[in-house]
Amino acid sequence: MNQPVTFFIDGQVIQGQPGQTILEAAQDARVYIPRLCYREGLSNFGACRVCTVLVNDKPVAACTTPITEGMMIENDTERVQNYRKDLIDMLFVEGNHFCMFCEKSGNCELQALAYRFRIPAPKYLFQFPQREIDASHPDIFIDRNRCILCGRCVRASKELDGKNVFQFVGRGTEKRIAVNADQLSDTDAVVTDQAMDACPVGAILKKHIGYTIPVGKRVYDHQPIGADIEDSAVASDT
Amino acid sequence: MNETLQDTVTRICSSFSGDRSRLMDVVQAVHDECGHVPRPAMEMIAQELGISRVEVESLISFYSFYTDQPQGQVVIRLCNDIVDRMSGMDRVAQAFSAELGIGFGQTTPDGTISLMYTPCIGMSDQGPAALINDVVVTNLSSDSAREIVQELKLHLDPTRLIKHLGDGNNAHELIQAMVNNNIRLKGDMLFSVINRGEALNKALNISPMEVIRAVKTARLRGRGGAGFPAGMKWEYTRAAKGDKKYVMCNADEGEPGTFKDRVLLTELPDRVFAGMTIAGYAIGAEEGILYLRQEYAYLKEFLENVLQKRRGDGLLGQNVMGKEGFNFNIRIQMGAGAYVCGEETALISSCEGLRGDPKNRPPFPAQKGYLGYPTIVNNVETLCCVTKILELGPASFNEQGTERSAGTKLLSISGDCKLPGIYEVPLGIELSEVLKMAGAEDAIAVQVGGASGQMVAPEDFNRHICFDDLSTGGSIMVFGAQRNILEIVHTFMDFFVEESCGYCTPCRVGNQLLRQRLELIMEGKGEPADLENLEELCQTVKTCSRCGLGQTSPNPILSTLKHFRPVYEAMVQEEKDGFQPAFDLRESLAVSERIIGRQSVHVHS
Ligand SMILES: Cc1cc2nc3c(=O)[nH]c(=O)nc-3n(C[C@H](O)[C@H](O)[C@H](O)COP(=O)(O)O)c2cc1C
Ligand code: SF4
Ligand code: FES
Repeated sequence: MNQPVTFFIDGQVIQGQPGQTILEAAQDARVYIPRLCYREGLSNFGACRVCTVLVNDKPVAACTTPITEGMMIENDTERVQNYRKDLIDMLFVEGNHFCMFCEKSGNCELQALAYRFRIPAPKYLFQFPQREIDASHPDIFIDRNRCILCGRCVRASKELDGKNVFQFVGRGTEKRIAVNADQLSDTDAVVTDQAMDACPVGAILKKHIGYTIPVGKRVYDHQPIGADIEDSAVASDT
Repeated sequence: MNETLQDTVTRICSSFSGDRSRLMDVVQAVHDECGHVPRPAMEMIAQELGISRVEVESLISFYSFYTDQPQGQVVIRLCNDIVDRMSGMDRVAQAFSAELGIGFGQTTPDGTISLMYTPCIGMSDQGPAALINDVVVTNLSSDSAREIVQELKLHLDPTRLIKHLGDGNNAHELIQAMVNNNIRLKGDMLFSVINRGEALNKALNISPMEVIRAVKTARLRGRGGAGFPAGMKWEYTRAAKGDKKYVMCNADEGEPGTFKDRVLLTELPDRVFAGMTIAGYAIGAEEGILYLRQEYAYLKEFLENVLQKRRGDGLLGQNVMGKEGFNFNIRIQMGAGAYVCGEETALISSCEGLRGDPKNRPPFPAQKGYLGYPTIVNNVETLCCVTKILELGPASFNEQGTERSAGTKLLSISGDCKLPGIYEVPLGIELSEVLKMAGAEDAIAVQVGGASGQMVAPEDFNRHICFDDLSTGGSIMVFGAQRNILEIVHTFMDFFVEESCGYCTPCRVGNQLLRQRLELIMEGKGEPADLENLEELCQTVKTCSRCGLGQTSPNPILSTLKHFRPVYEAMVQEEKDGFQPAFDLRESLAVSERIIGRQSVHVHS
């Protein structure tokens, strides 16, 4: 058995296993660190930066940084939460998000984070980008307007499905999710691929099952995102 | 037709042994032969290398020198960095455009010539400058731009535009460039007599650990910008476990206003390669890679020839200089137009045949770098310093400079000064002294460290150029009284938006928002609170970004907000009507008014 690693989050003593990331070890200790591009079972990506914490005052992504002995981590403080709020705001204005019409509403991690962080409307200016949709596939729908470039579909397709349906193309503001053909229906994607469940937002949706789970009975309708990880069911800490 | 394309792709892929990690080279070769990478070729490349088409597309779409769209046999890339703009880029742009009858981003109707902008090509001391395919044209005027187009229309051969040759090795038969070195001040370290083989010989006569100790004793810190102690990096890499190790030389030189590595590669390539070989010996590597930016492709043949000669003379290859068991070779990896690839982990990604996305750290390259093996990445100048340290001993290196910033540094000075060019100065020198040498006493602002550096105001010209005060990888851009600070900053933000890899949220979105906020302020649509908001957004981008690009891109805004605040304050005002000045009610209603077919009574009454 490996020696546990002792470290601190906001003063709380936590023990984790060697090799664990800050995010994983915190989660095991029922401390929630907000995240978007992280998904259990996939390789760590470090793109959304919503999991930013301060380690000995130095900012790092909790999902890619391994724990070390004696680490002093700042997680739930005003300063750190404000950075995260800014990042969530950025993701909203970068794309075209229409929560009230979106089938993912209530199951959407981005929306749920906005609620958790009590963001009624983003403070930045909307960018209104032009983005393409792909409705070619009989069972799957891609709407890039809602994509937050988290790369979860890319990794799930590669790492879990053993395929390569998705990849990023372009760079900077032109970066987009692309499929391994001219359109999705020309790829080997099928609706049962795990990649189709990996999207945290409404950018990859399954056809024919819209609203089978009614609004009101969705994952984040009754408790905030992260509450399942935390001890107390109510997260009023932000 | 398709048959031939398939043959071309097959031939190219097999010349790289179907090695997926050489995707950059494969794409480059297809590009060279076809002028672009046709979409069917992507599928073929994917087949040959055993990857998926979208991975090929992913790489091609990342680099600005690659395209999947047909373009002209001749591509004119006009440099649009700030210094080139100040020296008359607009007039040159108009001339190119008028004479070709096309706009930027377009190709002539006959499909022969394309015109586009490109960020700093490392010629700020001789701008306006452009790349015409691989050929560098400098000191452009509207007249010369017109003449160039007229000539190109006749022969479509950029090499025939070379009418005179530059100084030093620029006139070498394998370079034949109009580029000038403009070396204004030679120090004892970098620009001194070359004793080819001496440093390497001395290194091979001591143990690798002693070589590392010499570099540490010299207190050499990285010249690429970050100033990390070179000896320490080598020590970590030597100690790291790995079947193989790699030495990489960073010749991406993308930081606007930096052009000193170009001059080192032109004049002292042997010293660069000796430095790489010494590094290889020190850390236990057998292979080195020089990552050369595509903008410097005109140096490639010359550098390959220098490598060839070193192989012939036993300075590279099996048992280097007779040292039993020490084998070392160097290859050149061409970049393809991406500033972020100068970031060391992005550079490694690019060498691996991937998009130039930086990697997550840890693990650091010293532990897991190129193809997963321990790797050092060092700047061109750093490696030149290594060679001199071994040649003359650590003491002669650090007798110049300061305690924490030992040795001399090459500065590349450009902008509003009489003598732009290369200066070798001891670190710790006062900025004012440098400005005096360059004939820039009238400066009202100096950007130290390139676009990602800081804007220094006259009251701070007595500060020192060194790692702990005004740090720079070499770039010093001088601005005179006629310049508009906000426009300069805006140009830098354009650059960062264009060059962000787009991987992480704060840099991809944040820089775009910063630029937009800045534009609103410049248009007089800002309010006083916007300055605080701007500052806050800068902090989020700096703090949360994944790599050095986003961690430094807000610097021009932050440093001008601090040192040139009145420039901003003059542009913002409190609105009397209670609306935010950036909000245009009429414009916001325009679309819905068009849809309903009448005007809103409240706005128009
Ligand atoms: C966006 C970005 C661009 C960079 N560009 C360069 C470059 O063109 N050349 C360079 O030597 N270092 C560049 N660097 C610094 C490298 O990451 C790295 O620190 C350097 O190559 C290490 O070599 P040194 O220690 O010898 O300076 C860049 C860093 C960033 C974040
Ligand atoms: S800061 Fe983020 S988006 Fe910007 S270049 Fe680095 S990894 Fe890419
Ligand atoms: S969850 Fe860590 S960066 Fe996205």
